[in-house]
Amino acid sequence: MDPLMPPPVRRIALDREPNIAPPRAPAQNGAEAPTQRRATVRPPVAAVRERMQIENVWLAYGENWVVRDVTLPVRQGEVLALIGASGSGKTTLLRSLNRLTEITEGASRAGQITLDGTDIAAQEVNELRRRISMVFQQPNPFPMSIFDNVAYSLAEQAPPRGRRRRRTPEIEQAVTDALQRAGLYEEVAGDLDRPALKLSGGQQQRLCIARALAAKPEVLLLDEPCSALDPISTATIEELIVGLRESVAVVIVTHNLQQAFRVADYVAFMHLGELIEYGPSQQVFDRPVQQRTKDYISGAFG
Amino acid sequence: MASVGVSPGPPAGTLAVRPRRESVSSWPLIDRFWFGLAWLTGVGLCVIAFAIVAIMLVKGIGYLNLSDFTTAPAASLQQNQSGGFSDPIIGTLIVTAIGIAIAAPVGVAIAAWLAEYGRPSWLARTVESAIEMLAGTPSVVLAIFGLAVLSQGFLGFLSEGASKGSLGESFFNAGIVMSLIALPLVVASTREGLFQLPDRLREASYALGKTRATTIRCVLLPAIRPSMASGIVLGMGRIIGDTAIITIVLGATLRNEPVNNVPVIGLLRGTGSTLTSYIFYNSPAGEGNSHEKAYAAAFVLLVIVLLLNSIVTRLTRGPRERRTAFRLPRFGAPRS
Amino acid sequence: MLRGALTSRPGRSGAARDRRAELWLGALGAAVFVLIAAMTVTVFVKAWPSFSYNGLSWFAPGAEVDQQLRAMRESAPLSGHGLLYFRAWPLVWGTLITTIAAVLLALVISTLAAIFITEFAPAPVRRVLDPVIRLLAAVPSVIYGLIGILVLAPWIEKTFISNARKHSVIFVVQLNGQNLTTATVILTVMILPIMVAITANALAAVPSSWREGSAALGVNRWRTIWRVSMRVTWPAVAAGLVLATARALGEAVMLAMVSGSSAFDANPADGVTFLFEPVRPLAATIFQEAEGLTIGPLSHTIYAIGAVLLVSAILLSLAGWATKQSLKRYGIRA
Repeated sequence: MDPLMPPPVRRIALDREPNIAPPRAPAQNGAEAPTQRRATVRPPVAAVRERMQIENVWLAYGENWVVRDVTLPVRQGEVLALIGASGSGKTTLLRSLNRLTEITEGASRAGQITLDGTDIAAQEVNELRRRISMVFQQPNPFPMSIFDNVAYSLAEQAPPRGRRRRRTPEIEQAVTDALQRAGLYEEVAGDLDRPALKLSGGQQQRLCIARALAAKPEVLLLDEPCSALDPISTATIEELIVGLRESVAVVIVTHNLQQAFRVADYVAFMHLGELIEYGPSQQVFDRPVQQRTKDYISGAFG
Repeated sequence: MASVGVSPGPPAGTLAVRPRRESVSSWPLIDRFWFGLAWLTGVGLCVIAFAIVAIMLVKGIGYLNLSDFTTAPAASLQQNQSGGFSDPIIGTLIVTAIGIAIAAPVGVAIAAWLAEYGRPSWLARTVESAIEMLAGTPSVVLAIFGLAVLSQGFLGFLSEGASKGSLGESFFNAGIVMSLIALPLVVASTREGLFQLPDRLREASYALGKTRATTIRCVLLPAIRPSMASGIVLGMGRIIGDTAIITIVLGATLRNEPVNNVPVIGLLRGTGSTLTSYIFYNSPAGEGNSHEKAYAAAFVLLVIVLLLNSIVTRLTRGPRERRTAFRLPRFGAPRS
Repeated sequence: MLRGALTSRPGRSGAARDRRAELWLGALGAAVFVLIAAMTVTVFVKAWPSFSYNGLSWFAPGAEVDQQLRAMRESAPLSGHGLLYFRAWPLVWGTLITTIAAVLLALVISTLAAIFITEFAPAPVRRVLDPVIRLLAAVPSVIYGLIGILVLAPWIEKTFISNARKHSVIFVVQLNGQNLTTATVILTVMILPIMVAITANALAAVPSSWREGSAALGVNRWRTIWRVSMRVTWPAVAAGLVLATARALGEAVMLAMVSGSSAFDANPADGVTFLFEPVRPLAATIFQEAEGLTIGPLSHTIYAIGAVLLVSAILLSLAGWATKQSLKRYGIRA
């Protein structure tokens, strides 16, 4: 494929667009060169270090092997996007990274997943989940105030000392930092005690990101975080993700190929549980090696 | 690469871990304390229930004789001469029959009105509150109220006592008061059944030109037979288990005392006993003080009540299996 | 099921018949309301002589209640008082301590049990607990009373009420297994199923996205339930509390059997012995004195007690309505 020709646009995403965004100039509509857009959005990263290593991982629910023999690295300084059709096992793989699959009865795992060298199965699960945080598809803020939501995991770590423990200066600072990293601080700084459920969908999702960032995790997992949001919120969150990758290793699962292209540094394409192709996103989108990757990206199935 | 059929697993030798849920041992001490306490309450409830059943089984069957079902009780301090509980069983049946005969149709009618008509809305809300108040009123208060009203002279056809100017205690009157405690259960159950019927049933019937009354009678009520039945059976359970109304409005004599020789009416106008009052009478709190008979009768009563409740369970679980934790019999206010 | 509808004839008077049916059914509904109103009026009318004679001191402490009741029964008034003389404080006090203690105990136990059922219990244990709760709810009060008086009371007497303890209050009251503690314990067991069921249902209705989100943040299951799930469950707990209190207040038979052989004014100043003193709650008094309904003054007194119970039932109904409003905010119908 010609490297200058942009990958075929998945028109589905554009068709879904409601009338909120200002209309684009016709020349740009759909024919925009992605390389140009990425250059304006991506700040450079100082260093890249490997955080997690997924080695020959098999995951099953009951007798059904959902993920087969996947090996991937997860690096801080990079956004790793897991793409694939429904049922490809990408969400299950993501959830296994913070051992969330254990909540489901009958889940089993073979292979090894390590965080900074240590097997995650060896660590205490709640501590692990504070180091590897997750944001879900549907925003799920708790029925509490904004402050309490963001401070939630921090407050639960401190030994119980009554209500005052949730407002210590350290926790307040951590909440402010997290909200700023999530890009929500200016919008809610006025009243942090407002119920979180009163925020808009995009704000709620950013709140969930802030909540996940509050404990200063080393890895951030995102499970289709924008699929329930409108395009403006989506754009805001994508910017956030790209900005966060320097301080946190980011793994994002997405159905939206455009989003993967915008956001990811490395892309892993999965199909029916197997890792078909892994590589820098430029290469996977422009010059995919496997036929199945080509088919998926060109929209032959999905 | 379809995965139908045998899916190849990981190479032999690699360990497939089935991770268990997070282990509690990693929790802070205070959380482990609450966890242990929660387990304790769960297990404790099982232990209590098991103990109740065990006591009833051991003592009840131990003291139960088959002749108890056919012999009438006799006032005697000797255990082997104090007879059985045939009268109380008959009494229980009569009171339940009368109570349900009133509560079932009235309850279904009120529920149908609340669910299908319900105009004017202030009246509907008043009736709802009245039903809830009825459910929340202690049965002793209902009993003394019922007695006050039913002891009036002009209601003497219902009881011998009223016609003679003393307390109007009789099976009729006890049945009438009993219907009041069964009523809220029937109403709640029927109402919930009607609420859960899809509107398209009603629309289909109206589209055929049927009146609302016909729709209710011929379409809706037959559709909710399980709900109605469960409400009725719940009401029966409540009636069978009540003692206060029996003591106050039935007189709680040891045997059924018909007032004259007229076959049924004489019995129904007279005082009598039921299993519950018999148990109370024979307990140390009553005058009989023969705990063997009390245990035996209690065992029979418990079996009857548990049977009724298992019927309700089967009725409510039947076609649709709910995923929520419990479907418990309603005690008072309607519950979803 | 439409067959029945098809075969009936609507006729020209269809609408009129509908209207008639609506009127009849509505009248039935209104009849219930009339009944409640009539009950309130009747009870208060019959209770009025007792209230008007005693005034507000009806609720005050006075001489022994048993003596007062006996005076009425034998038509031999106590010196210096009329036949209607009555001081109900020991009964009110007995009702208050048994009800409040049982409700508080049941609140704690039922919340823990509901959390256990929805969260910690393995599936086989949960399958056992379902019929267990049903069973506890289904047992009639007279059987609870029987087990109380024949099994629990003797055990409590043997274990806790030593001769020394009996001696310490021997001039005032006789101690035996029928006392405040036995009554409270059994009353708690009786009202537990209601609260467990309501709380467990409400907990099961909490969106799993919250529980998942909390787990993903590294918060253990207990903290998750306590800080997230229970936040939206408290209204249901309140509704269950109201129902349980109503049940506790109205319980007559079981309490008559186990709460005490005399209507004693249990004295907290007695220390631990206070827990083993007899009491007699209001509903149990009505039950015990039921034969006295033929005697004038006693009947008025009984109706007066009934009036107090009725007022508390009305107040509880209002409280129940208020909690249901707050439940509606969370979309739970209870």
